Amino acid sequence: MDGSNGAEAVIRVRDLAARFDGRTIFEKVSFDVRRGEVFVILGGSGCGKSTLLKHMIGLYEPAEGSIEILGQRIEGLEGAARQALLQRIGVMWQSGALFGSSTLAENIEVPLEEHTDLPAEARALVARVKLGLVGLSDAALRLPAEISGGMAKRAGIARAMALDPPILFLDEPSAGLDPITSAGLDALIRQLARELGTTFVVVTHELQSILAIGDRCIMLDKEAKGMIAEGDPRRLREESDNPVVRAFFRREVMA
Amino acid sequence: MSTGGKAAATLEAMPEGGGRRLAFRGALDTAAAARLWPEALRAARGANPLVLDLAGLTTLDTAGAVLLLRLEREAGAARWQGLPAGPLQAMLDRTREALSRPEPHPPAPLPFLGRIGHATVLRGQGMLGQVAFLGEALVAGLGTLRRPWRLRLSEVLRHLDEAGLRAFGLTVMLGFLIGLILAFQSSIPMRQFGAEIFIPNLVGISLLRELGPLMAAVILAGRTGSAYAAELGTMTVNEEIDALRIMGIDPIAWLVLPRLLAAMLVMPVLALLMDLSGLLGMTAVMMTLGFPPIAVVNQLQTWVGLGDLVGGLAKAAAFGLAIGLVGCRAGLGAGRGPRAVGDAATAAVVGGIVSIVLLDGIFAVLFFRLGW
Repeated sequence: MDGSNGAEAVIRVRDLAARFDGRTIFEKVSFDVRRGEVFVILGGSGCGKSTLLKHMIGLYEPAEGSIEILGQRIEGLEGAARQALLQRIGVMWQSGALFGSSTLAENIEVPLEEHTDLPAEARALVARVKLGLVGLSDAALRLPAEISGGMAKRAGIARAMALDPPILFLDEPSAGLDPITSAGLDALIRQLARELGTTFVVVTHELQSILAIGDRCIMLDKEAKGMIAEGDPRRLREESDNPVVRAFFRREVMA
Repeated sequence: MSTGGKAAATLEAMPEGGGRRLAFRGALDTAAAARLWPEALRAARGANPLVLDLAGLTTLDTAGAVLLLRLEREAGAARWQGLPAGPLQAMLDRTREALSRPEPHPPAPLPFLGRIGHATVLRGQGMLGQVAFLGEALVAGLGTLRRPWRLRLSEVLRHLDEAGLRAFGLTVMLGFLIGLILAFQSSIPMRQFGAEIFIPNLVGISLLRELGPLMAAVILAGRTGSAYAAELGTMTVNEEIDALRIMGIDPIAWLVLPRLLAAMLVMPVLALLMDLSGLLGMTAVMMTLGFPPIAVVNQLQTWVGLGDLVGGLAKAAAFGLAIGLVGCRAGLGAGRGPRAVGDAATAAVVGGIVSIVLLDGIFAVLFFRLGW
């Protein structure tokens, strides 16, 4: 525990390496995510941000290193223990990944139906609450094909929150959205973090978002094949002496 | 909202002032809410006044808050007591606020007659669309006839390969088996009359005139018609068709014509293959019955005419065109969302098979009138 805010670490990543067919995406990645913070994983295209996220939620097996979520190692975890851990995290996928043949309300009821004994009426009410939290109450009966990209992302967050997980992973929440919608989504994330005390791990390369929502961040780099910075994004912008970090935060073209 | 090992919630209901007091203690999380839901609702029903005593609560999650608010609604009103200020109160307030937002109402279902009318209109529109599509394809085809170099030959070849060459194995196998089965089944009654020598007539004529083209068309509808619909349907969903239109490229000429041409060209070949392998299967049965192959060939030469074969192959080409048209139309007319592609593929196979059977009926009448 090295937190300046004193909160405990809910995710610990140690010496993580990702390799596909012998090609190293990144290695020696180590960091902690603390309870209640909005933690941003940033970096340019192709640096392995989404790959890191997929390692953290246990979709990929790490080539080296370990990942601990809420005190439990996720790699190699199987059976009931894995199910129990998966119920305590929620993931919003890059495109929303809503089930196309179900309404938004039904989408949110899927995890409730699968993992709780709540009666149908209770599930419907919980789904309404979640949609209300992300401002989609009036779209409950629409199909994913009938809503806009921004709404799909918000519905994706609502579904990820269905079981009140203490940790939410968001993959590129603002990608492909206009600045106003994107800013609205950032405000929503901040609000949820503040009010629910949920820990957020957000993968993004949108500078505005990073500065607006991030308590702390790490930056990955394709060339360095690993982490090149860690800390408060606002301070990194002002103080970092790494040329890649500076170029990223100041939107400069690298020499 | 982890329960962090705190004790699961308990519920105690006791009468109070003519109404009822429900005292919750412990962690009211999703599991506890699910467990207590029916009991709590029963206890709250008709309670006047209803007192919700929450002083003993340690945790409250969304499902728990939903349960409490549902109890309030069940009783009509509730007196809230002892809910600790802070996160628990905030959770309840947030849930109440989210539930108070207006929810959409599903559209009222149409009456029975209305549903029939709606379905009729939809079906009529679909048929009109089908006719319009036929017209568009015809116009595009005529345009290509005038400027044949506009046709994308590489696409035609690719589709010929996919619809034809790759279906050869399946066609040969099915044809051989069908010839075998037909010959064997007809040999049983024929033997009673000592008429086994006429099996080649029976199997030959039915294969060449009907079964060969029909079975080949069913294979094409299942393999290729559905593939056309799925491919074009995915392109429609991905807005690739719109992109083509905006580039000033006619999607019919660009995408549909090569497929139609390939389907039309490949079908006579597949039908011929089906015919030949069917005759081979029949010959195998005849040999087990003691007839030499030359007897079978003689019988076929005498009784089965070239007209039977050519008529069948011409039919096959028409079937190919129909299957291609139905498949492409299903793909280009696909709606949005992931279900659209599946629906288009289904429509292509079902529509393709229905259309070839209908066409076959028309050909039967036509050939009869022409005396073929």
